[in-house]
Amino acid sequence: MSAAAPLIEIRDLKKVYTNAGGEVVALNGISLSIGRGEIYGIIGMSGAGKSTLIRCLNRLDTPTSGTVLIDGQDVLRMDKRTLLQTRRKVSMIFQQFNLLMQRTVAGNVRYPLELAGVPRKQADERVRELLQIVDLGDKHDSYPVQLSGGQRQRVAIARALASDPEVLLCDEATSALDPMTTQSILALLQDINRRLGITIVLITHEMAVIRQVCTRVAILDGGSIAEEGTVDDVFIHTRSVAGKRLFGILANEDEPEENADIPALRVIFDSADIGRPVISSLIRKFQIDVNILAADVKRVGGKQYGQMLIEAPADENLKRQIIDDLTRQGLKVKEVYPK
Amino acid sequence: MSWESIAPLLREGLLETLGMILPASLISYLIGMPLGVLLVITKKDSILPRPKFNAVLGAVVNFLRSIPFVILIAMLFPVTRFVMGTTLGTRASVFPLVISAAPYVARIVESSLLEVDRGVVEAAQAMGSTTWQIIYKVLLPEALPSLINGAANSVTTILAYTAMVSAVGGGGLGATAITKGLNRGRKFYPLMYAASALLVLMVQLINVTGSRLTKRLDHRIR
Ligand SMILES: Nc1ncnc2c1ncn2[C@@H]1O[C@H](COP(=O)(O)OP(=O)(O)OP(=O)(O)O)[C@@H](O)[C@H]1O
Ligand SMILES: [Mg+2]
Repeated sequence: MSAAAPLIEIRDLKKVYTNAGGEVVALNGISLSIGRGEIYGIIGMSGAGKSTLIRCLNRLDTPTSGTVLIDGQDVLRMDKRTLLQTRRKVSMIFQQFNLLMQRTVAGNVRYPLELAGVPRKQADERVRELLQIVDLGDKHDSYPVQLSGGQRQRVAIARALASDPEVLLCDEATSALDPMTTQSILALLQDINRRLGITIVLITHEMAVIRQVCTRVAILDGGSIAEEGTVDDVFIHTRSVAGKRLFGILANEDEPEENADIPALRVIFDSADIGRPVISSLIRKFQIDVNILAADVKRVGGKQYGQMLIEAPADENLKRQIIDDLTRQGLKVKEVYPK
Repeated sequence: MSWESIAPLLREGLLETLGMILPASLISYLIGMPLGVLLVITKKDSILPRPKFNAVLGAVVNFLRSIPFVILIAMLFPVTRFVMGTTLGTRASVFPLVISAAPYVARIVESSLLEVDRGVVEAAQAMGSTTWQIIYKVLLPEALPSLINGAANSVTTILAYTAMVSAVGGGGLGATAITKGLNRGRKFYPLMYAASALLVLMVQLINVTGSRLTKRLDHRIR
């Protein structure tokens, strides 16, 4: 994947909005490469420029300067016809779903097929297929108003898939949904990415969304990229202030943190690929009670990150054994003492 | 006045009125609808931004709408004579009716189309729709209930104008009520009341039909 040319390449993208009050620099020189088949996350606080950036990719917004290449084609300099063709290969879903309220579910999904001039019978068949993919086969003739938010987003996804896109742009696609529904939509996006090989660019202000589905992430701050890299890397070795603020956690082992008021062991999960539950195996192996004082462990792409503070046993010998055992499992262990 | 003498006069007035509002409404929509669409799509942040054109068109529409109808008819006399060959009668009054109603229709259509969610239009753009496709596949169908409702209002307005046309030599129920009723003295008052009642009935009918249709075609309510 790294050897192949990126599917999307953004070079020094700038966008300045001029309005009565003056100028707003929404994008201040963004450069990014997004590979084929990736789920690329863009995260940032409100007003960071996320929507502006994603809207420049299909030219819903016109950047002030810079270059956007999709599949080697220059989006910002192509003529109107080519742009319309490109937009059919670069689908988009939105926070507010943006369905046609006067069309049925099937009518919405058929819309891109009508644009492409697909014959009616063939289109109807394809609509049924697409509704199966998003698990809405029974809502064929419903109107959007009769659906829940999650179902509406599924319709939007089916509609986005109708034109056989190479890229799916998601602007806060789960931000209007409750946590459960968010999970199911994210799972669907992941499934689409794996099964259909569609590259996904996903915008969010929620770290959980990035952690759950993305392969790479860029942190956007005030129109610039604060940091960029694999999700694992950015999450563990957060360098930028914007990133630390966004994560709002002690993902970094060097970060200061309150000490325990009793002797304790700090167990650091640093991408350790541990299939078994660490604590319960400790309990069984050493026949002891394990008192967890604090824990902040997160799963990223099947791996565990974060740390856990457990009470240290008074027996020095037992403590050594536990530290050895955990270290052998690939965990870092530090002894902590009260001040 | 006996019913037997009123009925044929009413029928004649009704036919004349229909002979004015039907063509006037039709032509007003043929002109006003595209103007309304243009007023929407050429706005600064819309799908075919032409701010200068939009400002000029808006000004023309506002100018025509600000002239009271009775005065417009008088102002238009020479033009009407040139276009329709006469300034008298039912046929001639269609011209000033259209000149007055088309801008009204344009504004009504504009306000209906402006109700369509910006996000939906944006989604259509993102899917690669042409401007024309957005107009006939998104803007017009999404605004349909509101357009129907607006049409009922427009036709009612045109109907009210036709009643005024009689003041300057046009026909219709307005003329029936005034020239053949009111002006001929107390004995002919029943004709005036009957013609007025018929006008009121027509307005009711248009409005009820309009709102029924609006409701039936609106899929945004469960
Ligand atoms: N049409 C516009 N005119 C003027 N300024 C704009 C316009 N659109 C966006 N901006 C400004 O550009 C900046 C970036 O906006 P953008 O919508 O891209 O942020 P965002 O990261 O998507 O925020 P959110 O998380 O709130 O959606 C903001 O300061 C915003 O006020
Ligand atoms: Mg946004």
